[in-house]
Amino acid sequence: MPVIKTEHLTHLYSVGTPFEKAAIQDVNLEISQGEFVGVIGHTGSGKSTLIQHFNGLLKPTAGKIFLDGKDIWENKSEIRAVRFHVGLVFQYPEYQLFEETVYKDISFGPKNMGLKEDEIDARVREAAALVGLKPEVLEKSPFELSGGQKRRVAIAGVIAMEPKVLILDEPTAGLDPRGRDMILGEIQQYHQEKKNTILLVSHSMEDIAKYATKVLVMNQAQVYAYDTVEAVFSRVEELRALGLGVPQITRVFYQLKQDGMNIETNVYSVKRAKQLILEKLGKGGDAQ
Amino acid sequence: MITDITIGQYFPGKSFIHRLDPRIKIILTIVYIVILFINQGVFGFVLSIGLLAVMYLIAGIPIRMILKSLKPVIPLIIFTSVLNIFFIGGTVIWQWGIITISWEGIRLAVFMSIRILALIAGSSLLTYTTSPIALTDAIERLLKPLKYVKFPVHELAMMMTIALRFIPTLLEETDKIMSAQKARGADLESGGLIRRAKALIPILIPLFISAIRRAEELALAMECRCYRGGEGRTRMKQLHLGGRDAVAVGVMAACLAGVILMNLFLPTVL
Ligand SMILES: Nc1ncnc2c1ncn2[C@@H]1O[C@H](COP(=O)(O)OP(=O)(O)O)[C@@H](O)[C@H]1O
Ligand SMILES: [Mg+2]
Repeated sequence: MPVIKTEHLTHLYSVGTPFEKAAIQDVNLEISQGEFVGVIGHTGSGKSTLIQHFNGLLKPTAGKIFLDGKDIWENKSEIRAVRFHVGLVFQYPEYQLFEETVYKDISFGPKNMGLKEDEIDARVREAAALVGLKPEVLEKSPFELSGGQKRRVAIAGVIAMEPKVLILDEPTAGLDPRGRDMILGEIQQYHQEKKNTILLVSHSMEDIAKYATKVLVMNQAQVYAYDTVEAVFSRVEELRALGLGVPQITRVFYQLKQDGMNIETNVYSVKRAKQLILEKLGKGGDAQ
Repeated sequence: MITDITIGQYFPGKSFIHRLDPRIKIILTIVYIVILFINQGVFGFVLSIGLLAVMYLIAGIPIRMILKSLKPVIPLIIFTSVLNIFFIGGTVIWQWGIITISWEGIRLAVFMSIRILALIAGSSLLTYTTSPIALTDAIERLLKPLKYVKFPVHELAMMMTIALRFIPTLLEETDKIMSAQKARGADLESGGLIRRAKALIPILIPLFISAIRRAEELALAMECRCYRGGEGRTRMKQLHLGGRDAVAVGVMAACLAGVILMNLFLPTVL
């Protein structure tokens, strides 16, 4: 059974005004437990709108969303429980910090869940460690931290609720490359440890290729493709037509093939590329 | 959604009314309010409300917009009407125990309700047909003489302009912060008064911090563009009075004269 399923999901903004607009239109999706889904698409293609439906922040104009086979809007009063199962980290989440200490801020979610003190304490410390926050940071004010640290605190605040599904909306926007790699590495590690489902919205095809198992392509309010990384990135021309592109390294191999070289094009990481090139050069045995 | 609230309620258009000089529009709105209050009889109301209806038609503002602007004042109207009906003495037409209703009370209640409705509709026409920026600009010009008594006219107008510019931004931000805290299980809808007030803290603190951050950024950006107050500042959009404005002033003057004449010569009707 898929962990998240949508049926004919449609959302209109500003209904009944001249600005009425479909942000997502007839979306049918099935996301399996344990998947790491990369979500890509142009700005305005409806990514943020779609993911805010998964935890019941937005109510569909039409259609249904199922969490573990249960319609989340069947009983309106239980919508808060859905939010504990589906954790959502917004874009620029550091702007939501408000507590005096990092510890208190991370514990906001678990507290709202009504957990016991010692359980909250354990979760806060574990979540902080997962995102690479040192224990001494916990007693600091979140406002004296650096941008990257703040963002870690915000992510930890959602992870501490131990959601079955963790959704991150462009978690690396505005970070330096190093901070970006570290945060994504931590998320991947979390995924591997907890075996939960992750949805990662990103504009970096490299990051998607590196971390995701599946790719969801949104285009003009609709799902353009939902498939494995290889299947999606093999549609080079189509993605280009959408203005999205593929990982740089894939582009290199695609061009080599176009120029007549007998080479595979399903290459998504620099590691695999190196291996293939060495093989081509007849040094396959040395490649690691 | 919170961003659906219309602020400034400007309704863009190119009608005669839209294109009037905003200074003239402000002055004429004030004159119109004066007309409503000096008027004493039925015919005056027919004239002034008729004029308003014609202006709305020319401006092309849909009826539903007018009704929307009138909705919030209904409680006020009910309240003042009740006060007037029961507490104004005069020719008693109905009595029950200590409760009396007088002819004068009813008359005043009806007149006051009409005045309030026309006042709101009239001033809404100003905000419907004038962009907030044009409005603050005009206010700055109109208040200019106050400079001589050291009143900070330019600063006030700049503050209004900035506030208007940032209201939609802050509403959007509030929306985002609310969503983010709800995603962490914040419960904004249930509980008693104190619990609800407490639940606002996770929203207000980030909102204030972000407002202060934006203010700092804006101040810096303005200084980078050499802003140093209103002294010697020129304008991109110059306001010019034209024939259109003369027509509008003429019509309003005629209406004022009409109401004054009616007060003088038809005072006894009702
Ligand atoms: N709160 C809102 N009110 C009105 N329109 C919105 C709102 N949020 C998003 N939209 C519109 O919906 C469309 C999809 O937006 P969004 O889901 O944010 O896309 P993405 O995250 O892919 O950039 C855009 O055209 C956007 O302008
Ligand atoms: Mg987005």
